[in-house]
Amino acid sequence: MMLRMLARTRHALAPLVFLTLLAVALQANAQRTDPNAPVEDPDAGAVKEQTLLQHEPRIQGRIDIPDKRASVLIQPAGRTWVYFHEVTLHWLGAIIILGMIAVLALAYWLFGRIRISAGRSGKKVKRFSAFERFSHWLTAVSFVVLALTGLNITFGKLLLMPLIGHEAFSTFSQGAKYAHNFVGFSFMAGLILIVTLWLKDNIPKRVDIDWLKQGGGFIKSKHAPAGRYNAGEKMVFWLALGAGAAVAVTGLLLLFPFYGTTIGSMHIAQAVHASVAVLFIAMILAHIYIGTLGMEGAFEAMGTGEVDLNWAKEHHDQWLAETLAKERSAEPPGHASVAPAK
Amino acid sequence: MARMKFLCDADRCIDCNACVTACKNENEVPWGINRRRVVTINDGLPGERSVSMACMHCTDAPCAAVCPVNCIFPTEEGVVLHSKDLCIGCGYCFYACPFGAPQYPRVGNFGSRGKMDKCTFCAGGGGTEATGSAEEYKKYGANRLAQGKLPLCAEMCSTKSLLAGDGDIIAQIYKERVLRRGYGSGAWGWMTAYHV
Repeated sequence: MMLRMLARTRHALAPLVFLTLLAVALQANAQRTDPNAPVEDPDAGAVKEQTLLQHEPRIQGRIDIPDKRASVLIQPAGRTWVYFHEVTLHWLGAIIILGMIAVLALAYWLFGRIRISAGRSGKKVKRFSAFERFSHWLTAVSFVVLALTGLNITFGKLLLMPLIGHEAFSTFSQGAKYAHNFVGFSFMAGLILIVTLWLKDNIPKRVDIDWLKQGGGFIKSKHAPAGRYNAGEKMVFWLALGAGAAVAVTGLLLLFPFYGTTIGSMHIAQAVHASVAVLFIAMILAHIYIGTLGMEGAFEAMGTGEVDLNWAKEHHDQWLAETLAKERSAEPPGHASVAPAK
Repeated sequence: MARMKFLCDADRCIDCNACVTACKNENEVPWGINRRRVVTINDGLPGERSVSMACMHCTDAPCAAVCPVNCIFPTEEGVVLHSKDLCIGCGYCFYACPFGAPQYPRVGNFGSRGKMDKCTFCAGGGGTEATGSAEEYKKYGANRLAQGKLPLCAEMCSTKSLLAGDGDIIAQIYKERVLRRGYGSGAWGWMTAYHV
């Protein structure tokens, strides 16, 4: 019927009108029954989805229901975040964490376990008080729980789910989620304690440059001088503080959705949280390696709190001298300055 | 098999919220949860448009991709369903969704959001409950699709702005409409949801 009408008008009017009509038909879907009548396009001034999305990352409007957060209509950025989480983060996490494990294996192959050069003296020096060790282990245990439950959210469905089945994995992940959310607070408490206790001794000093120049204790022929903490430990301290603060802040933002955040800023918070966490895990792997397998005599500092005199001499000579001097002046003469070996 | 889709013709939506009400009533959706909502853009200004939005049952659904326990999946008809038994309430689908579809029964601090709830295209749930059973209804709402009916929101729509059904058919209906009336501001969300 449409076509018949068009045909009739074409006969009645000049070819020019026909051309105009053709152009209009090609240009848009618009069809006019009467080419002379003014076309009123109600969409001429209407808001367009694509135009809005070109200006803003999300389309938002007014909503009648009480939940005003639902007033965001379309937010294509969700797909970008999914790409980050499912592709970028998977690769980043795998490369950084497996890469660090490879580096540590290489270090073990190259250097082996770094022995105490002079052997054990049998004499002990107090390095960390009970409270310091408590603070360390509070943070450490919290960190391991957070790291494993955090990795589960990203890698669990690829690695763990095929092993234990869909339902068991879901139950485990539910528990892991709550563990992650609440253990975060004990981690933050531990981090605050550690920073307050050890900040003073971790301020960079001139001796740190010497320590680095002497190969940081990895080169047996050279002696790397250090105070209570060497430059390597200071680096771990400051990186842990920075990364810890970053995951704590972003973690809190994610724990309290919409408190000062939108979906858009939660995307960023999650991306920062996950990326920093992956780097943090890699760094702590190195820290665990050097504190256990990598170096003889290091673990007992955080274990019993006492280190061997020769270990202290080799790795923290300046601190040892200060400690011994302090003990000598504090204790009445006649007492042994260091406890005999049991 | 038909690929189920939603289409909202913004040139027809009059912001009456009947779809919102129909959805809540048909599915006995708990207080505070709105599986469907109507958003008005440029409210009160010339060129104002209203769009009814719920889960669009996306192609390559981002929620399903990001779910850490893989509890969200598309059916053969392209309806995106999820299992509330497997959901851990982490909120990732809510970050991922371009349409704000996932809803949670609680305010959600400390990750205590509860099980995710969203539009099921009136196709029941993705759990183990029997199709059309009372348990399924309680957890997920109506399973109209199993009864050969389409989602009630679209069926109730007074201006037939909201269309639901076979994606090819509703796209054809919309195309004919646009052709007939000579204008159309586009199917909102289709580019993002279905890559078309």
